[in-house]
Amino acid sequence: MHEAITHTAVAVSYLWLIPALPALGVLVNLSLGALLGKGAVGFIAPGTVAGGFGVALYCLVQILQLPPGSALEQTLWPWISAGNLQVDIAFRVDALSAVMICVVTGVGFLIHIYSVGYMHDDPSYARYFIYLNLFTCAMLILVLADNLPLLFVGWEGVGLCSYLLIGFWFDKEANASAGKKAFVVNRVGDAGFLLGTFLLFWSLGVGTHSLSFQDIAAHAKSIPLDTVTLITLLLFVGATGKSAQLPLYVWLPDAMAGPTPVSALIHAATMVTAGVYMIARLNFLFVLAPATLTVVATIGALTALFAASIGLMQNDIKKVLAYSTVSQLGYMFLGVGVGAFSAGVFHLMTHAFFKGLLFLGSGSVIHGMHGEQDMRRMGGLRTYMPTTYRTFLIGTLAIAGVPGLAGFFSKDLILAHAFSSSPVLWLVGLCAAGMTAFYMFRLVFMTFWGECRADEHTKHHIHESPATMTVPLVLLAVLSIVGGYVGLPEMWAWGNRFDAFLAPVFAAAQGGEHHMEMGLEYALMAASVGVAVGGIALAYVLYVARPELPGQIADQAAGAYDLISNKYYVDELYDAVLVQPALKLSNLLWRVVDVGIVDGIVNGSARVVGASSSFWRRWQTGNVEHYAVSMLFGAVLILVFFAWHSS
Amino acid sequence: MNTGVFVLLATLLVVAALGVVLARSPIRSALSLVVALFFLAVFFLLLDAQLIAALQVIVYAGAIMVLFLFVIMLLNLQEHPAEMARAGLRFLAGTLASLFLLATIYFTNRSGISNAQGMGAIPDGFDSTAQIAERLFTQHLFAFELTSLLLLVAIISAVVLAKKKLA
Amino acid sequence: MTAVPIGWFLILGSLLFSIGALGVLIRRNVIIIFMSIELMLNAVNFVFVAFARQLHSLDGQVMVFFVMTVAAAEAAVGLAIIISVFRNRETVNADEFNLLRW
Repeated sequence: MHEAITHTAVAVSYLWLIPALPALGVLVNLSLGALLGKGAVGFIAPGTVAGGFGVALYCLVQILQLPPGSALEQTLWPWISAGNLQVDIAFRVDALSAVMICVVTGVGFLIHIYSVGYMHDDPSYARYFIYLNLFTCAMLILVLADNLPLLFVGWEGVGLCSYLLIGFWFDKEANASAGKKAFVVNRVGDAGFLLGTFLLFWSLGVGTHSLSFQDIAAHAKSIPLDTVTLITLLLFVGATGKSAQLPLYVWLPDAMAGPTPVSALIHAATMVTAGVYMIARLNFLFVLAPATLTVVATIGALTALFAASIGLMQNDIKKVLAYSTVSQLGYMFLGVGVGAFSAGVFHLMTHAFFKGLLFLGSGSVIHGMHGEQDMRRMGGLRTYMPTTYRTFLIGTLAIAGVPGLAGFFSKDLILAHAFSSSPVLWLVGLCAAGMTAFYMFRLVFMTFWGECRADEHTKHHIHESPATMTVPLVLLAVLSIVGGYVGLPEMWAWGNRFDAFLAPVFAAAQGGEHHMEMGLEYALMAASVGVAVGGIALAYVLYVARPELPGQIADQAAGAYDLISNKYYVDELYDAVLVQPALKLSNLLWRVVDVGIVDGIVNGSARVVGASSSFWRRWQTGNVEHYAVSMLFGAVLILVFFAWHSS
Repeated sequence: MNTGVFVLLATLLVVAALGVVLARSPIRSALSLVVALFFLAVFFLLLDAQLIAALQVIVYAGAIMVLFLFVIMLLNLQEHPAEMARAGLRFLAGTLASLFLLATIYFTNRSGISNAQGMGAIPDGFDSTAQIAERLFTQHLFAFELTSLLLLVAIISAVVLAKKKLA
Repeated sequence: MTAVPIGWFLILGSLLFSIGALGVLIRRNVIIIFMSIELMLNAVNFVFVAFARQLHSLDGQVMVFFVMTVAAAEAAVGLAIIISVFRNRETVNADEFNLLRW
């Protein structure tokens, strides 16, 4: 099968435009933003992304027209040239990258439009769009990169923008430290990524290496199994950091401190999926290490369940969505971990649609409620914000896995693959799916149904959001419905076109192709639908029909309730085990080593010099005569020396 | 030039030089220096360096010394009671200067050139300006150009230094 | 044609140089110090010319030419400095120019 697919590359000259357009937006708004005013900034920033989306669509059309397995390539210039390492700045668009750039620019464009409305009254309007464009540029470099080092540039770039945007309202200390937390936790992962890259280069063997994906693919088979397992595990550490998986997920819930469109773009639709993309991109490497894939799938499934269970108890609307994102990312890792790379990427895409929609919807709610994020003070909003409510409901149905919407198809595909790999993983995923349906509908019921629990003043001002915000909501809602139909189950209508489109990219991974029995597949589907409906029904009972029940349950199972509502005390654990010792050590290094020893040496040497100078400066009388006498004395000394020496 | 003429001229030159150093009034010092420069010019003539002798009179006695006198008069400098350095310094300076002189005399004696019988005849054209000019504009052309640059810098710096600071 | 050996000239030059150095050291009026320096330069010139005569080489005289140029430049700049110092401090006493101290 591997040989049957042609890997032809077409050299084109327009790929650089895709990241360059947002970069242009950064430059223009950075240099002229204050001059141009909000109108122009709000036009340039989404405009450049729209331009990128245009080029991305053109690339997609090109790829579709070329024979399967084709790719568009553009090498810009040599970048790193050191010994047998020859890395180029080169972009490459194959089916996977084409999907990614379309998602990034498309969803990114909608979120840019939305931001124009959402951030309209913010004083740092231009700065916001500079960061957002910079993020888009870095994310596009990440998905366009032809080699691992360039991917890492994008990887770090999105990390930086994430940090900048989480701490966008840095005048509140909580926001600034949330940004720092995201950055530091990501560094842990990035260290793993870098080590993996180094180890990969080191183990590629003799000859010049560009670390481009073709180069890695060509030499991957010659790497010993132990080494390739270690490499992929290290790379996966990077993925857990960037994509918020156990045990490095802790930064993502805190990242909700940023503006809500940022949460939608960076912490739901694009950046956090970079880890999934990276593993899918390096699928030929990961399939060589079955142990790593098992780890990936296990971590993914556990994260999905773990985060979903925390999401059950959260009261902050964005925190629920954050834990939901962590959980859904777990699904994607479960997908790629069981070798269903295209299913993982499929879920990545549909998740970008519906989770982007849900975040933007929650942003619309927060906007309408004047910054209120606590669902206990919401309720009944469906009458105040009908468009937001309807679109949000569509997104919720999609994520809950209700048949016919995008999330159903992608989640089901992953669960089906998981089942054929290991029923245990499937069961874990199924439980998480039930929880997802429950907490998402809990959110909907608490926010949009029932009586409004806000105070009179807030209630008086609740309003539907402006068109710049609702139009992206509607578009994303449409995508959340139709987005799944590119990847129908095999036995329906046109089957899984998405999988067929991506198949050449994952050619190396499809050695063990399996076709499930139709009956089993329907059974699995029925199970997930049943779980989803059960979750929804439970949420209805607890939060609509008998709203007094949750309190009673919490009283009866106080221990479990405390454990979960405190997020399993993971933050406290990390604080005690990692942060406090690090702080103590840093304090020690600061007070003893730095102040005492390093500064002591520096200041001490300065003091010695100063003391000797205050002695020797008496020699410098400042009197010209004394200097003249010294000169003559020196001349005489020289003469006397010669007289002595030559006699 | 015989020994008698040399001793006579040398005595007058040294007296003039001492006048520069010891005269209380700056004007007298300056005038003594002019006299000393003239005697040096005479020595240059006797050493068959006519061009240098002429330059000595024109540039030194003519231009530079006029500049000195001009500055002295501009600043209206009078005799100053505390003109000389302290006695200790004077003694030290005298000792050092004497030591310097003794050292050079010692070197001159030891090298034996003071015993030579005069300087002998000069080769043809040694005293011609043309020959110096030829040297100057061929072998030492680069130094010559550098000197012109030096003079330019000196002119500019003199103007910058001497003009009144703008507030 | 001269009957006087070069050693005499050298000693005379050295004597002039020492007198100049003495002047630099014992006077406090910067203009006189400056003139003493001119005297020292001339002593060197004198030795140059004497050697040129002895060695039949015109390079010595060319060197004197350069020294004179430098001396002229030095006089122009030096006197300009003296004028501007005098303008600031109303004195030409070298003892009072001690800002170099510390």
